[in-house]
Amino acid sequence: MTMLADNISLHLSGFDLLRNVSLEVEAGKVTAIVGPNGAGKSSLLKVITGEMEPSKGSVSLNQQPLSQWSLEKKAQMLAVLPQHTLLNFPFTADEVVGLGRIPHQTGSLKDAQIVAEALELVDASYLQKRFYTQMSGGEKQRVQLARVLAQIWQPCELGEQFLVLDEPTSAFDLSHQKLTLDIVRNLASRGVGVVMVVHDLNLASRCADNLVVFNGGVIEAMGSPEDVLTEQLIDKVFGVKSIIAKHPATQRPLVIT
Amino acid sequence: MTVGTVSISFSDLFAADSRQTETILFDIRLPRILLAICVGAVLSSTGAVMQGLFRNPLADPSLIGVSSGASVGASLMIVAAGGFIQSGALLGLSLVAVGAFVGGFVATLLVYRLATSGIGTSVTTMLLAGIAIAAIAGALNSLLSYFSDNDMLRQISLWQMGNLSGASWTKVTIMASVALLLMSLFPRDSRALNALLLGESEARHLGVDVQAVKRRLIILTALGVGVCVALAGLVGFVGLIIPHIVRLAIGPDHRWLIPASALAGATLLVFADSLARIVVIPAELPTGILTALLGAPFFVVLLLQQRKQV
Repeated sequence: MTMLADNISLHLSGFDLLRNVSLEVEAGKVTAIVGPNGAGKSSLLKVITGEMEPSKGSVSLNQQPLSQWSLEKKAQMLAVLPQHTLLNFPFTADEVVGLGRIPHQTGSLKDAQIVAEALELVDASYLQKRFYTQMSGGEKQRVQLARVLAQIWQPCELGEQFLVLDEPTSAFDLSHQKLTLDIVRNLASRGVGVVMVVHDLNLASRCADNLVVFNGGVIEAMGSPEDVLTEQLIDKVFGVKSIIAKHPATQRPLVIT
Repeated sequence: MTVGTVSISFSDLFAADSRQTETILFDIRLPRILLAICVGAVLSSTGAVMQGLFRNPLADPSLIGVSSGASVGASLMIVAAGGFIQSGALLGLSLVAVGAFVGGFVATLLVYRLATSGIGTSVTTMLLAGIAIAAIAGALNSLLSYFSDNDMLRQISLWQMGNLSGASWTKVTIMASVALLLMSLFPRDSRALNALLLGESEARHLGVDVQAVKRRLIILTALGVGVCVALAGLVGFVGLIIPHIVRLAIGPDHRWLIPASALAGATLLVFADSLARIVVIPAELPTGILTALLGAPFFVVLLLQQRKQV
């Protein structure tokens, strides 16, 4: 069971944002997408989550075209964390996380328990009754992460579940970056397919099963971090000279610039 | 019910013996109070809905053009119909009311159409279209005022101040059915409105059919506010400030915000209207003046308290 983008092209007001992109996101695996700004990473996320219709190609979720799933069923299988969420209303953290339970009919008692557990998981229990509007950037991002986690907290009988994260760690300090990676790995071992856009190559190298490098609207390279991360590739895509070493503890490739 | 130009003691309420007392109580005051309850409830609950839909705590029901359209409709009727106004009636409603409702409906339709394209309704465009329509309506209103005589001018400005004095059982029945309809349909979309506060694409990812919710809520609001304006004129302030005050008190969860706003709006309007009937006995003030005079200072106090807390 997978989320599949087949030969996607996306043209928008005269620009080719994506050209013939094919990507398979497997359940139980972490797929990390890296690339320079404007390479098409976010556009691809918009297409595979159904927010934008591709100009060419098709997207399917669990063997069925994405557009054929009803919005509610789709929401039970696929949770999406955007880069920024503007919320100007004074919801408390547990109310925000509770919004993640909207697609489910599990009753308010069960929902409250899931909300508490999700907040605990992202180290935000102390925020429970605080107002979202008064939190710091990192706290807001953790609460939003808890919201999408609550959305796919329990396995779904319709099919495999997927989580799409757009730069989930951009506002996090070191310890919360690590925490996010652990959460992502745990979700994958539970069978959830995770797709995340990240900027930190070492972060991607540490947690990805499949690393996708975007450049100018096409996929430049795809595969395990060991195969993909080479000095030539980083020079070509980012224009930066680098040295690839081995992480002494994890044995994963380590990019030194 | 005891307060008004003719004072009736509390005990007389239950032992209304004379014909006159009975008429005052049941044909004038009771319908008026019931009308105030319904108008207050509808204006403030639609206000809460619009603030959620536009993700802006400063939105109010008139944003979608319904009030400005209605006021043109009403002015047009007052000026065009002239002397005919007192006699002309439809289903027991004055032509002014009918004009206001039609005007409000047409304006909302226009705003909605302007903002809707192939990819859905843009609330930003809707906001701007609402402002544009309000500007056109303002100009038309001024034009109509320019061509009207003293008597018409007075009628127009009185209507724009909002007034519940014409309450009748027919009006109460219409208003109450609309209020009941809204109150029974809003809860269905409360959670969707909560999700919408995160943003439209976030709401879609939570399984909310955003376009359908928007369409439903805009139609209901146009209907509710349209009828309010038709029956009671422009009662300002209630739809903007009441949801805001209630949100400060109980938070932005629409499952509670909408009914609580309705309750608070009904209370404010009954209170304001009772005052309107007694402050300048034997005459009456337009209700709209008092809703603003009562609510605004209260709102300022709340804002000051908030500032202290932060």
